[in-house]
Amino acid sequence: MTVIKLCEAGVPVDLFSLVPVKRSHSVCAQGGINASVNTKGEGDSPRVHLEETVYGGDFLANQPPVKGMADAAPGIVFMLDRMGVPFNRTPEGLLDFRRFGGTLFHRTAFAGATTGQQLLYALDEQVRRYETMGVEDERGVVIPGAKMVRKLEWWDFLGIVRDDTSGRCVGIVAQDLKSMEIKSFAGDAVALATGGPGIVFGRSTNSVINTGTATSAVYQQGACYANGECIQVHPTAIPGADKLRLISESARGEGGRVWVPKDPKERRKGKDVPEKERDYFLEAKYPGYGNLVPRDIASRELFLKCFHEKRGVFNGTSGKNENEVYLDVTHLPQEMLRKKLAGILEIYEKFVGEDPYHNPMKVFPAVHYSMGGLWVDFERASNGSLVPGSARNQATNIEGLYAAGECEYQYHGANRLGANSLLSCIYGGLECGPAMVTYRKGLATSSFDVSKRTFEQAEKRERDSYERILKMDGKENPYKLHEELAEMMLVNCTIERHNPILDKVLAKIEEVSERAKDIGVTDTATGRMNQGAQFVRHLNNMIVLARVIAQGARNRDESRGAHFKPEFPKRDDENWLRTTLAFHKDGGGAPATINYVRQFDYAIGSKPIHVTDEVDISLVTPRARKYETAGAASAAATGELPKEAARATEGRAS
Amino acid sequence: MSERQVRLKVLRQDGTDSPQSKRWEEFVVAWQPQMNVISALMEVRKNPVTASGQKTTPVVWESVCLEEVCGSCTMVINGKVRQSCTAMIDAIAPNGETITLEPMKKFPLVRDLVVDRSRMFEALKRVKAWIQLDGSHELGPGPRQSQENQEEAYPLSRCMTCGCCLEACPQINDRSTFIGAAAISQVRLFNLHPSGKMHAAERLDEIMTEGGIEDCGKAQNCAAVCPKEIPLVDSIADVGRQATKRMLFGWLLK
Repeated sequence: MTVIKLCEAGVPVDLFSLVPVKRSHSVCAQGGINASVNTKGEGDSPRVHLEETVYGGDFLANQPPVKGMADAAPGIVFMLDRMGVPFNRTPEGLLDFRRFGGTLFHRTAFAGATTGQQLLYALDEQVRRYETMGVEDERGVVIPGAKMVRKLEWWDFLGIVRDDTSGRCVGIVAQDLKSMEIKSFAGDAVALATGGPGIVFGRSTNSVINTGTATSAVYQQGACYANGECIQVHPTAIPGADKLRLISESARGEGGRVWVPKDPKERRKGKDVPEKERDYFLEAKYPGYGNLVPRDIASRELFLKCFHEKRGVFNGTSGKNENEVYLDVTHLPQEMLRKKLAGILEIYEKFVGEDPYHNPMKVFPAVHYSMGGLWVDFERASNGSLVPGSARNQATNIEGLYAAGECEYQYHGANRLGANSLLSCIYGGLECGPAMVTYRKGLATSSFDVSKRTFEQAEKRERDSYERILKMDGKENPYKLHEELAEMMLVNCTIERHNPILDKVLAKIEEVSERAKDIGVTDTATGRMNQGAQFVRHLNNMIVLARVIAQGARNRDESRGAHFKPEFPKRDDENWLRTTLAFHKDGGGAPATINYVRQFDYAIGSKPIHVTDEVDISLVTPRARKYETAGAASAAATGELPKEAARATEGRAS
Repeated sequence: MSERQVRLKVLRQDGTDSPQSKRWEEFVVAWQPQMNVISALMEVRKNPVTASGQKTTPVVWESVCLEEVCGSCTMVINGKVRQSCTAMIDAIAPNGETITLEPMKKFPLVRDLVVDRSRMFEALKRVKAWIQLDGSHELGPGPRQSQENQEEAYPLSRCMTCGCCLEACPQINDRSTFIGAAAISQVRLFNLHPSGKMHAAERLDEIMTEGGIEDCGKAQNCAAVCPKEIPLVDSIADVGRQATKRMLFGWLLK
């Protein structure tokens, strides 16, 4: 989206992508995109969307950007519709909306159950169109050969280039993964839209490319990382040997129900267990929101059932209760399932080999999304939203470096609501593009006028570091080492966090970090695709992020959203209603450490900006977070409950 | 621990510039539940040693989502083109049979199982597979569309540009410039959309040039191998009809 905004402003863009853009991780987003269009006459509005997002995130998000996002959402969905996204329709030909977690309203527009794929394709198509369009200079003269977008796919981001004197980001260094050539590129401003770090946890719902390598690289170059400890675990994924495949929240949004047999030794197949012998534990405990409680809560409940109470689905062959619960859509009309959920049901069928139209699916929580990420700024307008086009919006603390999407921290606080991620990444791009245009206009000298030496030095730095990897002939296998790190993070730094165990995790990270120096690179090929050497770099960057995640979790002695510490079960606004701000501190030869700050200063142009860890709560006053009662998530919406939701709630409570 | 093993036989080559490096290598890894070809390859890279005990480099392959929505991991498995993430070991080698893995042959080889599918993205440029948006600023809701229209468009829009249809097509070869089923189906998709329709003629004019729809040999392999079961044969027939109409009556509009 950033690229499109830049092109519309007449700014040509070099677009780098680790994989062909059309294969990026956004294809995995399934359920939909939120926008309070209120086509069902339920009284939904952007105000309610703002409140529910902030409440769902347990008040850790700065509220002006969330307001900006909620206000822009209907326009964003209309824009995507105009771009040709095949959204599902109502009989009248309007966009259809479905329910999602943390709300009682039908707010989620969707294209079957592959919405992310469809949205990504639409944006990719618009960018492809710009790949064919010529560039005009200031006088309107076409520059021969130049195109608005130059796409460089299969390039790995290695780092930014910083101007020696100003410290400004003036370009990037990247590596062509087909030839392994390392090159620098100048740019007046740089935006990262590089996604989350899920692979730090090994198997997750994330794509294998989501190592967080780019964010880690710029963090090590001085960018601030915020709320790293806030990692979302999605309640419903299919266990697998290589990946935990997501079964979208939309399955529950369309009426799917989560249950376990009341008898922990139940041996019958799920479909043969009679209704009265099933424990619909989410509906029982949370009559207000039922199966659609936010993800952090649902994941904790599933974990409690399986891990602590040992009441997961019994497996006759293994003779034990597995870490699995039923997610059941078999009671829903087949025709509806086919039109609205085929994408995910097909995944279940292909990977599990069982027909989910007739058998309850077996699922368990999996690491899914990082609320934390690069710290980015915003400029608050008097109406509580953002100042349009301010150079501060989406700006990191490194001048000239911007970020949008899951790689930054801004919109979700301590827990993201379902179907807000597609929205936040597009909204982030809508803000990021214009901010970069404003920033560029204010530049006294273009990055293209910066001395060649600056770029050559940056290139040399990265080339040397890659050469060092190619020469590594130690005894550690990088993939095995990653597995060890990931296992530790997955077991001990996700749904439940205990300080004594986190200390062990941190010690393990140091151990892995040390052992990573003794890696034997598995592939020494030069001049052609070398995934073995590339992975060593990604692993090193993952170790750095693992430290940021685990140390952040260790420090935050409270429970808020997805961050849950049984020793500190309550939210502690007095001490912890603040953003975790982490800076990298290189140890020289010694292990790197993290410098946590309460405030810092940065500048755009000559304008100094003071930043603190205080959260902007000017629009929705923090209050206790409870999902037992219907409508609790939004004060603006109470009193006028949507009829259907109210009926569903009554049905469940009885 | 399970004794079961998974046997892979992989066709490897360092690149098109290195025909001498072309070779078959066999690997044996321990079986795990829910295993697919990708997780078997992941085991290989943790210990890149062939079945005969030779140290080698880890096999190079392309993968991203591992749930058959990104289209990355297409390869030829036991002679059939498909995604390797959905190639479940228990289904393709229930009795421990050797599984052969080869790169697709209709695209330039990069290394081992990785090929360069740029031509497919170039084809999307050629047929203008996009809506000519006035701009991303707010212009209100898009055109209303019937549920039927959405239900026809959505399956076409799930094309992952994975390459199966080109790999299986006899018309795609060194002597032909045929664009392939994927791009033709995108012409149908965009000509179906209420605003995309306004530029249908441009797409049709392009698809009627050399290497366009005329080159389809109607072997129908494309639809048979499409992992998303996109009705590619219908798409080709539909665009063919549109093109014929355009050819017969298009001059009236000029």
